[in-house]
Amino acid sequence: MQLFLEQLLNGLAMGSIYALVTLGLALVYGVMRILHVAHAAVFTIGAYAGLYLFGATGSLVVAFLGSMAICAAVGVIIERFLYFPLLKYPPFVPLIGSIAVLLSIEEAARLVAGPYILTFPAKLPFPNVYVGATQISSGLLAIYVITAAVLLVLWYITTRTELGLAMRAASQDALIAGTMGINSHAIITITFVMGSAIAAIAGILVGIYYNQVYPTMGTVPAYKTLALIVVGGLGSVPGAVIASLTLGMAETLLIGYANIPLPRDALAFIAMIGVLVWRSEGLLGSSR
Amino acid sequence: MSAYATTIATMITIQAIAVCGLNVIVGYAGQISLGHAAFVGIGAYAAALLATKAGLSFWLGLPLVIFVSGLIGLLLGLPSIRVREDFLAITTIGINFIVEALFRYVPFFGGALGLGGIPRIIFFGIRIKGQAFLLLSAGFLAICMLLSWWLTRSWASLACYAIREDESAASTLGISPVRFKLFAFVIGTAMAGLSGSLYAHYMQFISPGDFSFPVSVGFLSMLVLGGMGTLWGPLVGTIILGILPEVFRPLVDYRVFLYTLLLLLMIRFQPGGLLGRESAARRVLAPLFRGGRR
Repeated sequence: MQLFLEQLLNGLAMGSIYALVTLGLALVYGVMRILHVAHAAVFTIGAYAGLYLFGATGSLVVAFLGSMAICAAVGVIIERFLYFPLLKYPPFVPLIGSIAVLLSIEEAARLVAGPYILTFPAKLPFPNVYVGATQISSGLLAIYVITAAVLLVLWYITTRTELGLAMRAASQDALIAGTMGINSHAIITITFVMGSAIAAIAGILVGIYYNQVYPTMGTVPAYKTLALIVVGGLGSVPGAVIASLTLGMAETLLIGYANIPLPRDALAFIAMIGVLVWRSEGLLGSSR
Repeated sequence: MSAYATTIATMITIQAIAVCGLNVIVGYAGQISLGHAAFVGIGAYAAALLATKAGLSFWLGLPLVIFVSGLIGLLLGLPSIRVREDFLAITTIGINFIVEALFRYVPFFGGALGLGGIPRIIFFGIRIKGQAFLLLSAGFLAICMLLSWWLTRSWASLACYAIREDESAASTLGISPVRFKLFAFVIGTAMAGLSGSLYAHYMQFISPGDFSFPVSVGFLSMLVLGGMGTLWGPLVGTIILGILPEVFRPLVDYRVFLYTLLLLLMIRFQPGGLLGRESAARRVLAPLFRGGRR
């Protein structure tokens, strides 16, 4: 039981990280109908930027805020210079462009920072908490609290503000939203800013939690999060979050208990194919 | 021709066959596939198992390999093609990861160590290697390109083009989108199987990593560079991306970066590829090839 709880807590942390990365993907798909694979590269940049800023200033606040700003800029650059001009082509054209961005940013990271694994010697100011006999380490607690905070802020923005209303309108029908006086390109840009800033947070959290930052840290998330947004329902943010948390826990438990002959990374895709057969619009997707 | 050049030319020819198949799926039918390497892998593993465990020769095994690849393409294509375009991209990525995982973790497929001891192709009692192998695979490539050319002229391809351009309009004209998408998928995966079989017999050793997702991205890059939906595009793209690494050898560290940058610039400024309908190269070369459609 003790071990089970600990596995579950680790799985929840894993799922929270997936959720933070998948959020950006779901938001972008919502307003632009583009599979933003390069989002994982933004996540990697976030980790590196956080690491360098932390090394230079010694302040985690600067690292988080600076890295979020850098990632937001990178996200907007990708949107302005790659996706927007390619919107008139079939969807696989921007997708291929996105994969090219992911690979070139990974390569650029390898060339600039070196191919080796860098350590992230920072500690987030959270206490170790005991629930009964089970310890929740400060690293785990940090991931839970920060993820919950991000989700709460995002929920508030999208449901309780005018900006959120405009975002939802633009994602339902950009053309009609435009006739109602919503500048849908500005909404797209804001979406990229938000999604990329969240990816930066995820990058730093992963860097600190595993104490590792390396050029290809985004590769597995890049494709796994694609499966997750399908499972959640393309463009559905709550669906993406539920799918991420479930997958994180399922992966950890299945690896811990069942002796499946498949690596954990294939699990997301098997779940995806299962969901597609059972409910082709995803868990919380609408059958548009 | 030196042995070095022959090896590179042979690899390019084998890859071009796979890219030709991808072109039928992506270029002609407009169905994105990001898991093409999985089908090359299925062909390679089928060929390797038939040769090492069943003792069949390349020639006896080949029809089986092509049949198996096409059949698996059909089975995996059935659910994939019914879903929306965006799903298809992700599903094919998923297929690639799952197929690679099966090769890696099921002992029957040799596991992470791969399969070795695949015999050479014997043609009228002669062991085919070196330039003879290049000739053989060039012959197969020619057959695939002829088939592609025939497809662009046949009624089936008109149906595929119609589906690519506007699925709903095509279906009102009595063209079943699912049927023709599947048709393209099966032809494309069968060509991938042929490429895999040649690869297995050429390398004589295969391992799961040879058919991983980045390889699929490589195939797609070759197709995009050459021009999706064109007859010569797959060959041109494969030759350029096959030779580039050798040219860039002095810049070994920057090679992959330049590669990906090239793909990025290409898709951003010439999504139709070098030989695409509106490409700069086509405008320049058009006067030379007047009368050649598509």
